[in-house]
Amino acid sequence: MSSGHMDRRDVARKLLAARGEALIVTGLGSTCYDAGAIADHPLTFAFWGGMGAAAMAGLGLALAQKKRPVLVWTGDGEMLMGLGALATLGTQAPPNLSIVVIDNELYSETGMQKTHTARGLDLAGMAKAAGFERTATIRSEAELDEWIPKLYKPEGAAFVAIKVNDARYPLTLKIRDGSLLKNRFREALLGSKALE
Amino acid sequence: MAAEPRPVTWPDEIYDAFKKLDIRQVAYVPDAGHTRLISACEADKEMQVISCTTEEEGVAMLAGTWLGGERGALLMQSSGVGNTINLLSISLECRMPLVMVVTMRGEWGEFNPWQLPMGQKAGAVLEEMQVIVYRVEKAEEIGPTTYAAALMAFNTGRPVAVLIAQCVIGFKDWSK
Repeated sequence: MSSGHMDRRDVARKLLAARGEALIVTGLGSTCYDAGAIADHPLTFAFWGGMGAAAMAGLGLALAQKKRPVLVWTGDGEMLMGLGALATLGTQAPPNLSIVVIDNELYSETGMQKTHTARGLDLAGMAKAAGFERTATIRSEAELDEWIPKLYKPEGAAFVAIKVNDARYPLTLKIRDGSLLKNRFREALLGSKALE
Repeated sequence: MAAEPRPVTWPDEIYDAFKKLDIRQVAYVPDAGHTRLISACEADKEMQVISCTTEEEGVAMLAGTWLGGERGALLMQSSGVGNTINLLSISLECRMPLVMVVTMRGEWGEFNPWQLPMGQKAGAVLEEMQVIVYRVEKAEEIGPTTYAAALMAFNTGRPVAVLIAQCVIGFKDWSK
């Protein structure tokens, strides 16, 4: 059981509908499938491995593309594996970077074991302590609606944990080839010089 | 009379190679052997230099760097090589360049026995993971080797590691 009540796909639909110019990186597992199922996009790069890498990849991207909003969209288990990244990101705090953790308090890919957030770990609190300027734990649709536009505005590094229920959905990846995902992303962002 | 020691210039030569390659993001986990290079990069306004809590962070960050159209490099010591292994899958699966410059410990007059396990096997472990490894034992070859290795990484989308032998860097002599 999760403490959240919202459905991850409803959250995903709202997040993606508002993306505008944003560059999006997803972490492995369910957020990959959410991204693939709701609205695949050339400027969404989905890590289907490299657990713990998503947040730091967001930093490299945000530093390279300072004029674009960058959104890292990942799960609580994936974020927990790269927790040191909160320290590094908090000290850098690029204003165009938002980290969104879809927090179902479970490792849903591997048998629904509890993550530490089920035991009370406060990821947004850790992010705040690390130096993120804007942080929140979101539990209601009203809070979500208030936060989504803020996540795409470059007004200071943001970190939100969005509590969702334990619903699972089928594996949905439009493209599984990492090299293709990378080339698609770079071509959409950088034009033909990306493939030179 | 002993010969004058040759002045140490290889950290500056790595920096010059980075400039020629247009490297804009440098991630590092500190090592004494990289002190001078880190300082040179930090003094450069065109470079963004990121101190990481673990080497994995640097590997992940550089994937974002490449997606965003910039070039980067990761500086670390040999003990950190083990921390990168699973995330090498990013470079390998996505054919993204990854440039690692590794200062070696645990192989030449080392005083700390805990440095030996990774120091002795860093190159073999990286090669087993399909990273292209360049081991350099002469100071004058470090700059050109870093340039050639990184150029190949960026042109072909492969992970490369330049291992700078401990005999070049020197060691603390605790027998004195």
